[in-house]
Amino acid sequence: MTFPAITAVANVLAHAPGLVRYGSKPLRDIAQDGAVLDAITPRLRSYADAVAYGPNQAFIGNIEPEALASLPRPWWQALDMTASSTGAFGDVIDETELLGLFKLCDRARLVHLDAATLSAAGAALARRGLVTADEMAALAPAEAAAIAALCRSGEALPLMLGGRVVGAVARGHEQDEALTANVLLENLAGKATGVLALRRLLRMTDGRVGPGDVDFVLAGSEEAVGDRYQRGGGNLAKAIAESAGVTTATGFDVKAFCASTLYAVFNAAALIQSGVFSRVVVVAGGSLAKLGMKYRAHVAKQMPVLEDVLAGIAILVERPGAGDPMIRLDTLGLHTIATGSAQQAVVEALVIKPLDKAGYRLRDVDRYATEMHNPEVTEPSGSGDVPKGNYRLIGALGALRGEIPRNGIDEFIAAHGMPGYAPTQGHIASAVCYLAHALRAMRAGKMRRVLFMAKGSLFLGRMTEASDGVSFILET
Amino acid sequence: MIELKGKRVLVIGERDGVNGPAIEACVRSAGAEVLYAETLCFV
Repeated sequence: MTFPAITAVANVLAHAPGLVRYGSKPLRDIAQDGAVLDAITPRLRSYADAVAYGPNQAFIGNIEPEALASLPRPWWQALDMTASSTGAFGDVIDETELLGLFKLCDRARLVHLDAATLSAAGAALARRGLVTADEMAALAPAEAAAIAALCRSGEALPLMLGGRVVGAVARGHEQDEALTANVLLENLAGKATGVLALRRLLRMTDGRVGPGDVDFVLAGSEEAVGDRYQRGGGNLAKAIAESAGVTTATGFDVKAFCASTLYAVFNAAALIQSGVFSRVVVVAGGSLAKLGMKYRAHVAKQMPVLEDVLAGIAILVERPGAGDPMIRLDTLGLHTIATGSAQQAVVEALVIKPLDKAGYRLRDVDRYATEMHNPEVTEPSGSGDVPKGNYRLIGALGALRGEIPRNGIDEFIAAHGMPGYAPTQGHIASAVCYLAHALRAMRAGKMRRVLFMAKGSLFLGRMTEASDGVSFILET
Repeated sequence: MIELKGKRVLVIGERDGVNGPAIEACVRSAGAEVLYAETLCFV
């Protein structure tokens, strides 16, 4: 039986040190104590250092995540200054380019950028083949005096480059808490990095699949777009599709905390399998709120504030061609309400049950993609190595089932796991960041089967104590 | 070792470790009163 296939994936990053101050944790702490900003600022990385950082190079596909296992820690001191900002899967754009994308994606005329920044952004994005000169030339720059006046009014947030104000984002309404400048900046960051990923995906497929060949777009990001009457109204999918020129498609959003994007992938496959659509793109932009989330630990340990990038991903799902890796819709791993929230039960539901259904054992899967958070980001704050924790649990369940010897769990992890490399942008770190690598490895004949598993923390929204998660097997 | 019987407990669990409801069930069974329980996610 055939199933829908993943045929192209774009992974992109946007370096955003000037936006770290607007991450949820820094923003709250700076409001309490202005000295926090003085502690963060000298710990922000240069663009060159962010490009040269091994985990970021793994994310955009210039190295394999597995290569990080032999790179000495700390990785932030093992920089490869010859590394390129252009990867096999996408680009690491700099903050000037990101601000230019904000302006390009702003349909409400709330983003104001000075002429020099807008011009530099347009030129750099055009060099990457991500925008046309005409569409950037149509954007009007703002006078420095107008930007300064907006910032002084308290109704706009300054946009900074290297400590200098080069623009501003204004609020969208005088009284609406869903349209404050902070909320709009968060939503715009998600949209712009989603557009970056979708445009990069269409560059990859140029000549075979163009913007007019996409039927439907599903977005699985972390923002809540809306107004005072419907705060999570949504459909950023259509907003992203519009700004990427995918005008023949419609779409909607999938919301399920950090599992959103993986849910969206199997929903895309189901829409194709049912014959409703021929081609569906899943897209997700980055989370501004999570910038600098663990800055306190990074500053205390005198390391760079590593949560300084927004991530984006775009995934093309369509009917399979010869050799394309297919999404096994007949063996989905689903976390039902009855599953409960104990970690053992969650992993049984998302790993063991799908394998049992497919008739596989744990070692029949070449690689497990779990939550691939970079441990160098999480360990300083005491949050541990998240992927390794997941692998240990999978290995322990394998030992309980007699598939792995009790003293063989480390060997199992080394053979079927990999180091975490994703920025702590929850939904993108949650397995989907490995789709591009899996596709490349399967096309090269290096892998046959990968299991993708994402978890969602529904309980954080206070509406339930339930957990969540989803998984699928991708195989050639 | 802590004697929990008769104690009042604030529970903070972790999504990728031991969650709040699991800790709550354990400390209740040990005779403690749970005043507050929450599960956090650190990523």
